[in-house]
Amino acid sequence: MTETASSRLTDTEFPVQRECPFAEPVEYEQIREQSSIAMVRLTGGGEAWWISGHEQGRAVLADRRFSSDRRKANFPFVSTDPAIRKRLHAQPLSLISMDGAEHTQARRALIGEFTVRRLAALRPRIQQIVDQCIDEMLTTDQHCADLVKTLSLPVPSLVICELLGVPYADHDFFQEHTATLVRRNTASEVRQHSIDELNAYLGALIDRKLASPDDDLLGRQIARQHRDGTFDRSSMVSLAFLLLVAGHETTANMISLGVVGLLQHPEQLAMIKDDPDKTPLAIEELLRFFTIVDSVTSRVATEDVRFGDTTINAGDGVVVSGLSADWDPTVFADPDRLDLERGARHHLAFGFGPHQCLGQNLARLELQIVFDTLFHRIPTLRLAAPLDKIPFKTDAAIYGARELPVAW
Amino acid sequence: MRLNADTGRCVGAGQCVLTEPTVFDQCDDGVVVLVINRPEGEAAQRARHAVALCPSGALSVTEEVDDG
Repeated sequence: MTETASSRLTDTEFPVQRECPFAEPVEYEQIREQSSIAMVRLTGGGEAWWISGHEQGRAVLADRRFSSDRRKANFPFVSTDPAIRKRLHAQPLSLISMDGAEHTQARRALIGEFTVRRLAALRPRIQQIVDQCIDEMLTTDQHCADLVKTLSLPVPSLVICELLGVPYADHDFFQEHTATLVRRNTASEVRQHSIDELNAYLGALIDRKLASPDDDLLGRQIARQHRDGTFDRSSMVSLAFLLLVAGHETTANMISLGVVGLLQHPEQLAMIKDDPDKTPLAIEELLRFFTIVDSVTSRVATEDVRFGDTTINAGDGVVVSGLSADWDPTVFADPDRLDLERGARHHLAFGFGPHQCLGQNLARLELQIVFDTLFHRIPTLRLAAPLDKIPFKTDAAIYGARELPVAW
Repeated sequence: MRLNADTGRCVGAGQCVLTEPTVFDQCDDGVVVLVINRPEGEAAQRARHAVALCPSGALSVTEEVDDG
């Protein structure tokens, strides 16, 4: 590291927990105003470059001189949990940790499953799932529900289970362990237990599919690798792990926060209800506004890289703050204003560069169907608790709501 | 303008298809396919937006001198 503690702009540790979903942490704004690239202390220990500007964030994520390999020294961890480190070294490299040609090859094997056309074919089934969840909600006599339990979590969970070929009957099991994993303050041994349980579960599932391959994403991947002679059980477990966790925690949180955002801005909600053609663009603004994954987009420099007056040295850790980038007022004017017609497609909520979210268009499709359906079928939907009484996930690596009481 | 697609760099994010499906498509393996490489009018505008959004840098634009 080139900078000394004395040249640090602030003693605040980053990332900073959000206090409310409608504002970025004040420290983000303060440091961004001083410098779009600054050396900071990390919450999990150590130091890294904090990239708070949108332009610089995109540049880092697109630049192949920055490595995603989480095993490398100085990789900026939010967590120092030994369970996470142990898993990184004991298991095959996950897709999100690969660089260069190895990453391209591994990602290429999957992208055919996520093409826009292929996802569009899932629309009727996703619509059916959303309708069933809402039917279920409406059977209650109390006219109130926890939206997380009734809609936000079941929809993406059912969709990813069907897509991957994971029995939904087991959802309590993996939802519980996934929630444990993404909570920042989970005790190390508890986290390790959840990792072991999920690995054992997915391993057994993959063994069953190897014996009799189903026509689902995991089945097709297994059959293909088996045919090519490249099948590796632990790599397949690692892939299933990534897709299952990423496939439901993220979208579930965006559904909940999106509903909160829309209900708090009734005039804008009315606009998309009147014209569902506006929903896709509105979703981009909701993705920008909440940017639920803030610091997964971390890297390590493999060469010296100059940004204006600043040199990031080979070996330095770099954290691209998606939230800060998406609240950069030079790119998104008045970033604290939710403006569903803004045209925010260039947000970094799905990251940028070769690692940009593989499931982004599945997420877009699910969000579109959920918002369009929910507010039409339950036009009187409202929050059943004041905003400050809603338990937001201030302690999770993926921001969201733990519960969302709604009524109609 | 002429569009170029470097299929070796494409990571199949699908941003281009989402932005302008009359110009961009994906093959079954998820890699970008140019349906038209000299789009005009609004399609050209949206194609430029797609180039700016492409996360992998697979898409680029070559400006051409207008023959007319």
